[in-house]
Amino acid sequence: MHELSIISGLFDALLEKAGEHGAREVTLVKLRVGKLSGVVPELLESAFDMYKKGTIAEKAKLMIEEIPLRIRCRTCGAEMRSDEFAFVCTSCRGTDIEILEGTELFLEKIELEID
Amino acid sequence: MGKKEIIVLKDLLGTNKMIAAEIREELRKRGILTVNLMSSPGSGKTTLLEKIADLLKSRARMAVIEGDIETERDAERIRAKGIPAWQITTGGACHLEAKMIGRVLPDVEPDMDFLFIENVGNLVCPASYELGEHLRCVLLSTPEGDDKPKKYPKAFMTSEVLILTKADLLPYLPFDLERVTKEALEINPKLRIFVTSALTGEGLRELVDYFLGERRKLQVPRA
Repeated sequence: MHELSIISGLFDALLEKAGEHGAREVTLVKLRVGKLSGVVPELLESAFDMYKKGTIAEKAKLMIEEIPLRIRCRTCGAEMRSDEFAFVCTSCRGTDIEILEGTELFLEKIELEID
Repeated sequence: MGKKEIIVLKDLLGTNKMIAAEIREELRKRGILTVNLMSSPGSGKTTLLEKIADLLKSRARMAVIEGDIETERDAERIRAKGIPAWQITTGGACHLEAKMIGRVLPDVEPDMDFLFIENVGNLVCPASYELGEHLRCVLLSTPEGDDKPKKYPKAFMTSEVLILTKADLLPYLPFDLERVTKEALEINPKLRIFVTSALTGEGLRELVDYFLGERRKLQVPRA
C-alpha cells in the first residue's frame, strides 16, 4: 500500500505544473498505470481523494488508463499481450523477452483552469 | 483565461529511480556490492543474513541496513554477529525508498565489500522501489506456499535471484518445488534459484560463493 506515497509525489508535480502555468485550478489528472506497475488503481483513487482536499486540485477528476502488459520476443519478433505475466513467447517458446508496455506509472496529462 | 491541457509524461517513480541510480553508482565506485532482500514477513531474511555473516566472516566485510516499520530488533541481531548495522524504521511505510538509503550511506565504512539491505517484510510494495542495489533477491519460504510467484509477479520479475528458504520443511509440506521453479522462471527466465535452509545449511555456501563472484564482477575503479 504505497499508493499514498505515490500520490504525494504526484501532488508535488501537480503543484509545480500549476505554478508554472499560473493556474487557478487543476480540473483533470490523467495517469497511465501498467498492469505490472505494482499499484492498485482503486487505491490510487482513494489516496487521490484523500490528498486533494484543500489543494488546488480539490475538484480535479482523476482518470486512470490501465495498460495491459505487452511483450515482444527478441528471437522471432512476435508481439503479444501477457495477461498471465508469463515471459515466454507464445509462438516460438523463446525466453528472450522485452517488455513493450505495462510497467509504467506515468502522469500523462493535466487540465488546468487559468485566469 | 479558460482551460489549458498540459501533457506532462512524468514517471511518478522517477525521482526515486534517479536517487537509486546515483546510489548504485556511488556504491560501485566504492566497491560495495549492494543486495536488496525482499520477502514477506517471517520468511527468514534476518536469519539468512546471520548465516551469511558467519560464512563471509573470513572472506569479506559486510554491512547491513535493516528496514522495518518499528523496532531496532533486527539490527541488534546483526550487530550481535559483529557486523555494522543500521536500522531504518519507516514508522508505518510499507517499503524502503532510495532516499532513506542515501541518508545512511555516509556512515557506511569505505572498506566494505557488501551492503545487504533487508527491506520491510512485504512482497508487494518494495518491488516498485529501486534502492540503488546491484542485485535484487526475493526470498520465499516453503510454508508460504508454492503459488506465490504468480500471485506477486512483480517481486519475482524484478529480481535477479530467488532464494527459497526453510527447505528443511519440504518433507512436511505440500510444497511443489518443481511448480515454483517453473512458474518463477516463466515470470523471469533469467532468475537464479537457490534452495536453502538456515537450519541444515543447505545451499548457503553456494549462495555466498555466488555473491562473492558477483562482487568480483563489480567494476571498481582503481584507486
